Amino acid sequence: MAASETQQQSKTHPNTARAYRAFFVGWLVPGGGHLMERRWARGALLFAAIVLLYACGLAMQGKVYNPNAGDVLDILGFFGDLGSLGLYGLARVMDWGQAPAQVVMADYGTKFIVVAGLLNFIAAVDAYDIALGKKP
Amino acid sequence: MQVSHFTAVLIFAACVSVVFGITQRSTPRTMVKYGLYCFGLFIAGTIVASWAMYLIRR
Repeated sequence: MAASETQQQSKTHPNTARAYRAFFVGWLVPGGGHLMERRWARGALLFAAIVLLYACGLAMQGKVYNPNAGDVLDILGFFGDLGSLGLYGLARVMDWGQAPAQVVMADYGTKFIVVAGLLNFIAAVDAYDIALGKKP
Repeated sequence: MQVSHFTAVLIFAACVSVVFGITQRSTPRTMVKYGLYCFGLFIAGTIVASWAMYLIRR
């Protein structure tokens, strides 16, 4: 009786605090929100895919955008980079992705880094949906 | 790291397809199918675009 009441309550009042926590952890660490929700395989795969893309971008001498108010594309690039907050912070602390581009591949690398951030946004929102019970 | 353009496409397509598959579908089976579908579309799209650019240039 009590269990069914609790279930009913969680359906009508989803645990939004837990969902926001899953989103934030997923934003900070790729796949972290899924791991928090005990989706081990999904979390590990998301972590591997996003970190690999980010690492390849850095290895190609891609640029990590700094906060700026200049060109619109630079501003958008910065917000894209912010999508993987933990990796972005690590890159800034370690001073990665700050060297001027000298090879053609560097432009691809920059796009890899931005896309890794955008993918991490999608993954974090997915973790939020899982925590809310909207997705199995 | 110096890789060919096609290798860069393979890396990009593989990583993006994994994320798309996991986030856009609900069951493991449909995730795998959708991921493979996206991967195929990325590669096929790149090859078609490459041939189109080659033919336009000639």
